[in-house]
Parts: sequence; structure tokens; C-alpha cells
Amino acid sequence: MQVEVRVFATLRRYLPELDIGEPKLLEVPQGTTLGEIREQLELPAEEVKVIMRNNRQADEEGLAQDGDRITYIPAVAGG
Amino acid sequence: MSRKILRINMSDQSAVYEDIPEKWSKWAGRGLTSAIVLDEVEPTCHPLGPNNKLVIAPGWVSGTPAAPSSGRTSFGGKSPLTGTIKESNSGGLSSKKIAKLGLAAIILEGEPQNGEWYQLVITKDGVEFKDAPDLAGKGMYEVDEILWDQYPNKPAVIGIGPVGEKKLSNAGISVNDPEGKPGRYAGRGGLGAVMGARGVKAIVVDDEGGPGVDIADEDLLKQGRTKLRDAIMEHDLTKPDGGLNTYGTNVLMNIINEAGGLPTRNFSAGQFEGAADISGERVAEMVEKRGGEGMTGHGCHPGCIIQCSNIYPDEEGEAVVSVVEYETAWALGANCGIDDLDYVAEMTYQCNDLGLDTIEAGNTIAIAMEGGQIEFGDKEAALALFDEIREMSPLGRIYGQGVEATAKAFGVHRVPTVKGQSMPAYEPRAIKGIGVTYATSPMGADHTAGYTIAPEIAGVGGKVDPLDEEGKSDLSLTFQAATAFVDSTGYCLFIAFPILDISSGWEGMAESVAGVTGLDITGDDVIDVGKEILRMEREFNKKAGFTAQDDRLPEFMRYEKLPPHNEVWSMSDEELDQVYAWTNGK
Repeated sequence: MQVEVRVFATLRRYLPELDIGEPKLLEVPQGTTLGEIREQLELPAEEVKVIMRNNRQADEEGLAQDGDRITYIPAVAGG
Repeated sequence: MSRKILRINMSDQSAVYEDIPEKWSKWAGRGLTSAIVLDEVEPTCHPLGPNNKLVIAPGWVSGTPAAPSSGRTSFGGKSPLTGTIKESNSGGLSSKKIAKLGLAAIILEGEPQNGEWYQLVITKDGVEFKDAPDLAGKGMYEVDEILWDQYPNKPAVIGIGPVGEKKLSNAGISVNDPEGKPGRYAGRGGLGAVMGARGVKAIVVDDEGGPGVDIADEDLLKQGRTKLRDAIMEHDLTKPDGGLNTYGTNVLMNIINEAGGLPTRNFSAGQFEGAADISGERVAEMVEKRGGEGMTGHGCHPGCIIQCSNIYPDEEGEAVVSVVEYETAWALGANCGIDDLDYVAEMTYQCNDLGLDTIEAGNTIAIAMEGGQIEFGDKEAALALFDEIREMSPLGRIYGQGVEATAKAFGVHRVPTVKGQSMPAYEPRAIKGIGVTYATSPMGADHTAGYTIAPEIAGVGGKVDPLDEEGKSDLSLTFQAATAFVDSTGYCLFIAFPILDISSGWEGMAESVAGVTGLDITGDDVIDVGKEILRMEREFNKKAGFTAQDDRLPEFMRYEKLPPHNEVWSMSDEELDQVYAWTNGK
């Protein structure tokens, strides 16, 4: 199945080939967790503060579904 | 030497220094501006009339050596935009200089009988009242430049643009930044019009030879500020090369878009297809590509160690404006359907020069778009609206009044305001806790008043689901109280992010306040002290005629579903009323 992954802010350093907001398309087997996808992309666990799946909060144990929009987010805030 | 109150009466151009009275002696910053406004401003007065006052106060730790990121100045009064009490604070050069002159607060009252404009010069020797016919009518970039030419030792300049002179409700108060430009604003709530009503175009503050700030316990201050500094430098968000330092507040654009909470085209959707092109990442890319005077990691005041500001360059690398914040890029960008940073930057310059709050200005343009005056996404037409304001055409005066006046002028009913002030860059239908803050804050719709975004979106200070309603009343109150405290310290609110996660930093903040003031305050007291401030602010509003019915979000949010989550605002009145039930003895 295919998922699209986005990274933002300081996490873009790990996927520098992507333009801002551009998704990386990944083929993963059924049963893959969001944590396993993070590891596959070599995003350090300690730098990922929040994961979103289809615009909603998710966690590492959550299972990816075909067509998911998955986003890994580092420490952000502002005003 | 105890701190002084400098009372400036514009009716007869007199100034007196008063010992700070016992009832105000514990307060600084927002706590002090709110205490003074509650005591001295008739709550039912007209905000532009002779009975309103403008109160200016640095924070508890402002002006002390090496307290990190402590350059905030609080401005208080009755707001022409909301009719409520208002505190709006700003970075820039003024906070430390006012504090080093030994001043707890400046109270600006009265109004000149002759309709003249004045420039005030405050030094250790007193206040000089200078006629300022040459400054009147000028934009803030020129005013700041003229005054630094007149005073070569680079004083703080607090000023208003033409919008403040005309006493329009979206007038902010400018504070000059380290480059001597009007890049910092106490923008919200129209306090620039309150300053204009006092006949004051600009206040020059020169602290040379001033007595400095008394410190009650040097060791405790040192201990506190070390803990605080360590927390700021350690946290991923605030450390050098962290999220804020690298991308500024606009690091949020893509994230809030991902969460479906980015208000788009006048709050009609929660995602903007052009978000990436106006994001902090794109700003950083432009700065790197264009070079020249552009920069990220810019500090808005001396002594800031977070440095989240930026200078946005044009194609030749010449500075266009500082700063393109998240709020600014959203208000003038996504909310107007505009995805061009060059136009966002140019409109931000116009706001800074004319003396407009960028949030209210962007929302106002979006209302003009909604009302059919111009099209969503028409960046040329949006920029041209500022010409109307500069010319003070009748239409320009309506725009200068902000969202509610403009909505009435164009027959628009999708009006994203609370207590007359328009919402910032977080959609309450998608992020419920911030909606509680918008509804219940004494300030009107204001994200900084209780920034629940930290746990709802960023996983800072805990993690909660933004779409969940449960517990959001308590969450908002806790953040509102903590914020009222931080707004009184002189520290930038952004120290809150590291110290919410690193408890020694929280202790350090309180210890540094105790060290300077001698007050018996620890980290455990922060929320209770903050609630004392909120209680004063709510009391003013109650006396001004505000009731629980004013603590509500606009009607359209209850029936218009917001994509992509297709949520409406559904928190009950009872849940909202619970936030401030403690002020009624419940």
C-alpha cells in the first residue's frame, strides 16, 4: 500500500530532497506502524514531538492505512 | 530607591513623579497596567475621551542585568476596539530603558486643549514636552528615523502612525527595534488611538544616567535566571538552531495547516493550498537565496537569546520589513487567499508604517473580500487597500476601524470576532481549547491570552487532542493565568514553551522575579498570582457592562462546518461560564 509522508521545520534536514510541503510517497506493507515508517525514514525519535495522520493526532503504535497522509512534527510553537 | 510612577498630564503638559503606592507596589508589567486601569479609569468612559488613560509599564525583571529575553513593555487602557480593559505588550527597545529610569509605570492622561501634537522626551532629568507639527501625519518609519537623527544615542521610540492620529480602532503602538525601525508593535485592541487621543505622537525614552533597577536578592536573581537560561537553551524549540530561531513563529504555518486549523478565506476553511509558500520554511529559503540584509534569527530586543524575528529581503537583498510573523503571514496571506510572500511582506510594511495591527488588518481585508469589494487572492487589490487608509478616504477610515466596522459596511455576517476583536491564526472549530481562550479572555479574541496551542498542537506542556472538548475550560484557565503572570515579568511569552517542559526553568522564572522584587513568590504561586490579575481585568469588564453573554464565539461557528474536519463550535455556554466561575465565588 502507499502512504504520503510530510516533514516540516527542522525535520526537513533529514529529507532535503523534498520541497516545502511536498510529500514523500512510500510503499509499505499492511500492518506497518507510524513508528516503523519514522524509523525507515531515519527520523530520530527524540526529534519527533507529534505525529499526525490525516490531519489528526496519532501515535507511533498506530497502523498506517492505504492512502494515509502522515506528518512528523518537531518542536514547534510560536504566536 | 523605590520605583516611581511618572504621571504625565497632557491637559496642561505637566509631569509629576509619585512614589508607587502600596496597593500597586507588588505589580509590574500587565499586572500593573491592569491594576492602574481598574483603579483610575472609569469603566464606562469613552475610550477616546478625556477619562481614559494610557499606562505603560516594564516587567518585574526588565532592566536587570542579563535576565534573558526580558524586553517586553506592557501597554494598558480601555480599548476602543473592544470596550474592555486591554493589555497589549511589545518587544523592542523601551522596556529596559523605562525600567532603568527607575519607573514602574508611565501614566498618560488628559488631552491637549489646542489639538496640537506633542513629542515627549523622558530622561533621568524629567519630561520635556516638544511640539511635534513636523512629525504629525508621518509614517512610523520616517518618525523613527527622524528621532534617531535628533537623538544619536539611540533611544527607545514609542509612537503612533497616521491611523493612531485619526483615533481609528485598529491603531497599534509602535516600539522601535534594535535597528531603529518600527518592527515591534503593541498591536492589538487599538491602544494607538488612546495614545492619539492624548495628543502624543511619539515618546522618546533615554535611560542614560538613570538610577537602574533595585535588586532585592542578587543571589536569588542569579540562581533563577541561570535556571531559566538553561531551560531556554536546552529546549528544542528555543535553543540556537531550534524551531523558533531557524524559522520564527511562522514555523507554525504548515503545522496548523496539517491540523486543519488554519483559518482560510475569512474563516471559511481550515486548510490553505498555498500554506507552504507563505510558511516560515519559505521565509528562511528566501532569506538564504536573496541574502543581503535579509536574516532569520533576528532579536527583537537586546538580550534576547531566542531570536525568533526575521528581516525579509526583496529580490535585490534589501530589507523590506521586519518582521513577517506567523500571525502576519496568515492574516495577510492564507486568510485572504494570498500565497505570495513578497506581497505579505509589503503589506506588513504598510501596517508598520501606518500603525495598524497586522492581525486585525488582515482580517479586515478578508472581510472586504467576503463583502465583494475585491476578490479573495487578489494581492494587488489587497495591497491597494492600504492606499485608501493612507489617504484617509472614507473607505480607508472604515478599514482602519477593523473587522466589525468593515463587516457592517459591507453587509458581511461571517464575522470572526469576540468582544469586537478579530481572531488570530487558529481556528476554534478545529482547536477547541483556543476557542475557549478567545471566548473568555478579558481581552477579546487573543491567542496569546491563553495559548493552549502548546499542548493541543505542539505537544508542549503535555499533549491533548485539539478536537476534544473535555477539559478545555480548565486548560484555558490555567494558560490564561500563567500568561497573566508571564506578561507581568517583562519576559517574552515564548519562555513559557521551554519552562512548561523543563520544571527547573519554571522555578527559575519565579525565583528571578522574587530575586528582583523581594516578593515571596515561587513556581507554585504563578497560577494564583496570574488569577489575581485576571480577576482585576474581569472586574473592570463587569463594571464596563460585560456579562457572560459576551464570552461567546460568533454565531456562524455554531452552524457552519469547517473543512477538513467538518466540525462546528459546539462547546456549551455552561462550559465557557465555568472558566471564570471562581471570580463569582463559585
